[in-house]
Amino acid sequence: MKPLVLTLRTNPDERLDLSALVPRRLSGRTADEIARLELQTGRQRVTVGDIFRVRGGDSRYVRIEGGTDRFDQVGQDMTDGEIVVEGEVGSQAGRSMAGGRLVINGDAGRWAASGMRGGHIEITGSAGDRLGGPLAGEVTGMRGGVVVVRGDVGDRAGDRLRRGTIIVEGRAGAHAGSCMIAGTLIVRRAAGPLPGYLLRRGTVVLAGGCVELSPTFLDCGVHDLIVMRLMAAFVKDYSAVAAAALRSPLRRLAGDMAVLGKGEVFCAGA
Amino acid sequence: MREMIVKGIRIDDTFAEAFNMRATAVVITADSARWARQAAVTMTGFGTSVIGCGCEAGIDSELSPRDTPDRRPGIRVLLFAVSTSELQKQLQNRVGQCVLTTPGSACYAGLQGEETLKLGSALRFFGDGWQISKRFAGKHYWRVPVMDGEFVCEAVTGLTKNAVGGGNLLIMGGSPRTTLAAAEAAVHAINAVPDVIMPFPGGIVRSGSKVGSKYKASASTNEAYCPTLRGAVKSALGPEIGSVLEIVIDGLTSSAVAAAMRAGLGAMIKLGPKRGALRIAAGNYGGKLGPHHFHLKDLLR
Repeated sequence: MKPLVLTLRTNPDERLDLSALVPRRLSGRTADEIARLELQTGRQRVTVGDIFRVRGGDSRYVRIEGGTDRFDQVGQDMTDGEIVVEGEVGSQAGRSMAGGRLVINGDAGRWAASGMRGGHIEITGSAGDRLGGPLAGEVTGMRGGVVVVRGDVGDRAGDRLRRGTIIVEGRAGAHAGSCMIAGTLIVRRAAGPLPGYLLRRGTVVLAGGCVELSPTFLDCGVHDLIVMRLMAAFVKDYSAVAAAALRSPLRRLAGDMAVLGKGEVFCAGA
Repeated sequence: MREMIVKGIRIDDTFAEAFNMRATAVVITADSARWARQAAVTMTGFGTSVIGCGCEAGIDSELSPRDTPDRRPGIRVLLFAVSTSELQKQLQNRVGQCVLTTPGSACYAGLQGEETLKLGSALRFFGDGWQISKRFAGKHYWRVPVMDGEFVCEAVTGLTKNAVGGGNLLIMGGSPRTTLAAAEAAVHAINAVPDVIMPFPGGIVRSGSKVGSKYKASASTNEAYCPTLRGAVKSALGPEIGSVLEIVIDGLTSSAVAAAMRAGLGAMIKLGPKRGALRIAAGNYGGKLGPHHFHLKDLLR
């Protein structure tokens, strides 16, 4: 299928809102109509045509060639189809996404997958702070779907995660899985201090261990659990290395006892 | 009654009359095939007839590790009942008492459908607040802490209202030995057919019943097929028949029951009359009670 291709002409002078460039909103529009869509977040009018060269194609498949950290809200409210970005993006990539597939072949900024309800996001580079986390004033973070980050993530990845799975193949910053309500966060390499901070429910897997774990987590011993096999079978379609990390016995720590304490952190080895 | 002779075996020109039932399926896994089977055998025990057991239950197939959700050896079990509420009750009790209790076991949905029955959603309360919910790939699991680790159980399993119960074959031979040999050959062949069970012991029932009784009972012995009463009642048996056995078949679909009966017939015909059955018939109620009629002559085509 020939995708709709947007090739970067010039870096924008301001942050842009790319939420208009999702398959659902592009459906039925010609290349000229797409070129006239407005992206500005400031007072100066900026259209798609000002920033991209537009080559028509099937709008269910959108390919953005070239990126910048000023491209915010890429794939926001996406419900179907596929967006591939060849380059980095700014904040809130995949915000409130409900379906479809978003691939960012580069780094993503803060709040990627924030409010996500379904679909699949793959970030081949690294992601900023609060991956899957809520914006100010929101009660819950990500509520469904799968996010895979091949690189590292910043602080508070999976903050207030309600449902869904986040897989980080690299390292995580401080407070990974903070305030999680449910769902699953898997970090393959080392995590920063205090993972699972105020974890209520949900599962955090730290295959590479962590710098410092809160004393409010209680050691329940090393176990080889059936649920990890189910998780590995599910995860392997997204990340073979993360799935492999789940196949060894893991130490289970229950917590965070500072709050509800029905969550769990799994750590590799001793 | 008209009859056909196929390779020396008399096949009555009659039909098995079967009924609509509710059915569900679960997949039981364990660390070894032995323990998966143990859980399945225990769960399907005392599940021969809805008349006295509440449901009819049996093992459909063994599953290799590559075909189970947790990549361990598994068994698929089917349960049939006359109502959804009874099926839910039987499923919950049997999985709770027989699978949850088996070392290393886990239990998953064995049937997909728009309508569902509670599985782990009903059993999770055994966790007394320590149970954990997990969702992967559109599936919902419950993890219940138990003394050897965790019992993992899928939240729901599928329900079908298009199941068929009561497919049957009446096997008549010259002696108990040859009749049993024919029945065993049929059971062996039917075991290879998917989506069916034979709920009686080893797939075979020797106490075929009729509706009603001179006592206060809903069913009683079918004296027309009892060889020891041949001279005393209006018998359906000729002088050459010394023993009768029956195979009852429940299936998730009408076509599955037909396939099973066809497989059973074929196996008995292949065995021949000297080592097996002299005559094969099927049980019905005149065709007025059950909507599914499996004519033996059609199954031979």
